[in-house]
Amino acid sequence: MNLEVSIGKLKLFNPVMVASGTFGKEYGKFFDINLLGAYVAKTVTLKARIGNPPPRVTETFAGMLNSIGLENKGVDDFIENKLQELSGLKIPIVASVAGDNENEYAALCKKLDGCRKVRAIELNLSCPNVRHGERIGLIAQDEKAVYGIVKKARGSTDKTLIAKLSPNVTDITVIALAAERAGCDAVSLINTFPALAVDTQTFRPMLGNVIGGLSGPAIKPIALKMVRDVCNKVRIPVVGIGGITDYKDALEFMICGATAFQVGTANFINPEAPIEILKEIKSYLKRKNIESIKKIIGSLEI
Amino acid sequence: MRNIKARVIYNNRVSAGFYGMSIRSAYLAENTRPGQFFEVKCPDGSGTFLRRPLGAHRIHKDGVEMLYEVVGKGTAALSGMKAGQELDIIGPLGNGFKIDRTKDKNSEAILVAGGIGVAPLVALAEALAARKERKIQVFIGAKTKSHILCEKEFKKFGCEARVSTEDGSKGTKGFITEKMDVYLSAKRYPLNAKIYACGPDGMLKAVAGIAEKYGMQCQISMEERMACGVGVCLGCPVKTKGALGYKMVCKDGPVFDTREIAW
Repeated sequence: MNLEVSIGKLKLFNPVMVASGTFGKEYGKFFDINLLGAYVAKTVTLKARIGNPPPRVTETFAGMLNSIGLENKGVDDFIENKLQELSGLKIPIVASVAGDNENEYAALCKKLDGCRKVRAIELNLSCPNVRHGERIGLIAQDEKAVYGIVKKARGSTDKTLIAKLSPNVTDITVIALAAERAGCDAVSLINTFPALAVDTQTFRPMLGNVIGGLSGPAIKPIALKMVRDVCNKVRIPVVGIGGITDYKDALEFMICGATAFQVGTANFINPEAPIEILKEIKSYLKRKNIESIKKIIGSLEI
Repeated sequence: MRNIKARVIYNNRVSAGFYGMSIRSAYLAENTRPGQFFEVKCPDGSGTFLRRPLGAHRIHKDGVEMLYEVVGKGTAALSGMKAGQELDIIGPLGNGFKIDRTKDKNSEAILVAGGIGVAPLVALAEALAARKERKIQVFIGAKTKSHILCEKEFKKFGCEARVSTEDGSKGTKGFITEKMDVYLSAKRYPLNAKIYACGPDGMLKAVAGIAEKYGMQCQISMEERMACGVGVCLGCPVKTKGALGYKMVCKDGPVFDTREIAW
């Protein structure tokens, strides 16, 4: 059975990835992370960010809101310390970066370009919990900004580049096409939806940052539709993200055209979710007598 | 830490709205320290999504016990679980209380509980009693009489227990921190006391102030809404002094030295 897929120059032994900010080396206590397709690290920025005030998470129906606010110690700490902590990993490490403008993204890519451990870079253009300088709204809502950032990032690294897109747009395919034109190797979608929850006892928002990003099974059908739309338009690989909890969810994304997928929020509830999904995809393919996972990709019949 | 499925031994109502659930797990019994906690999955059909963090209340020979207050649909669903059912649980998590091995004859442990904050302090009292802490003084405060829990358990471990309620239905009327302050101010000798507290943020802040006033070391067990419980999602920050900014309740805590906290 062949589970291999490719994203740009990146060859993955299987399509199971974990979403940025939802996974860490701590999960190595629950299963062997080296069995996964790739490891996507928490987003880093040029300088350390303290993150948003608490509360940062709250439960919603079939999902959750988070407003972490990209808390991180900065890209230099990532290169010097975090990557060392991941030295036992044999699977590709995908770094995730966020900046305020194209120069920052380019600088981040340049710094990571020198790291052998980093095999690909995901450009987080879509975090709903931070402000980018004077910009109103998310980078991933601005076709020109996405084009400019990807173009400049492309000029700064030869590593596989993946643009992570926001669902909070009129037409996500327009943004995906801009990323493709600018030289991205792949797009990953979707990030969380900007959302709100209110405490009726205190009349206050449930989150310290007022708004947060909605993730989990609640957003899966919307994510799936967007992944299909984008797959129908771009030629580059699409990485499906959004509420994947079990192997059927994951297969749905691949059937709609995703080359690989990321498990995110599910990790918090079931730390073994990614490995269970991998095992169950294997037995599914066996049951269905399908030789290669590639046969699944884009197999949706209408 | 492990993710295990453990059988419920009992799940008893201990007072109106408060339950004690004991589960069978040799692994958790052996590896859990006072002050650590678990991430518990609410039973299917509860309409909840995230796990619920619950502190270790007792560490038994064959498992662990959690004492919890029914505050929402997750804890309500947990309270409906019966003996023999399986509980999906991750743990032990967090750092736990630091218990140092002092032989000072003037040493005294002061435990301060607010409401359901008694939960982890009972396990701590048992551990302190087992290593023959000279004196364990417990202050239990709550809104009203029926919320005063575990007084008997503490006494069983040889602790002195003092009680206050906000409505005066049991013990002294007022906040437990006031009672604790009065107790400490009446001491004539320099007390080598260590304070351990768990309760609402307002109470913890008051306890930290009292600890500072008397120059005593103070550990508090804090609470914050959580997602992963293992230090990955950065969802449960507590503001600390110094350059580091936020620390995570789940991984760096839940027990903190009060001198670290930026209130």
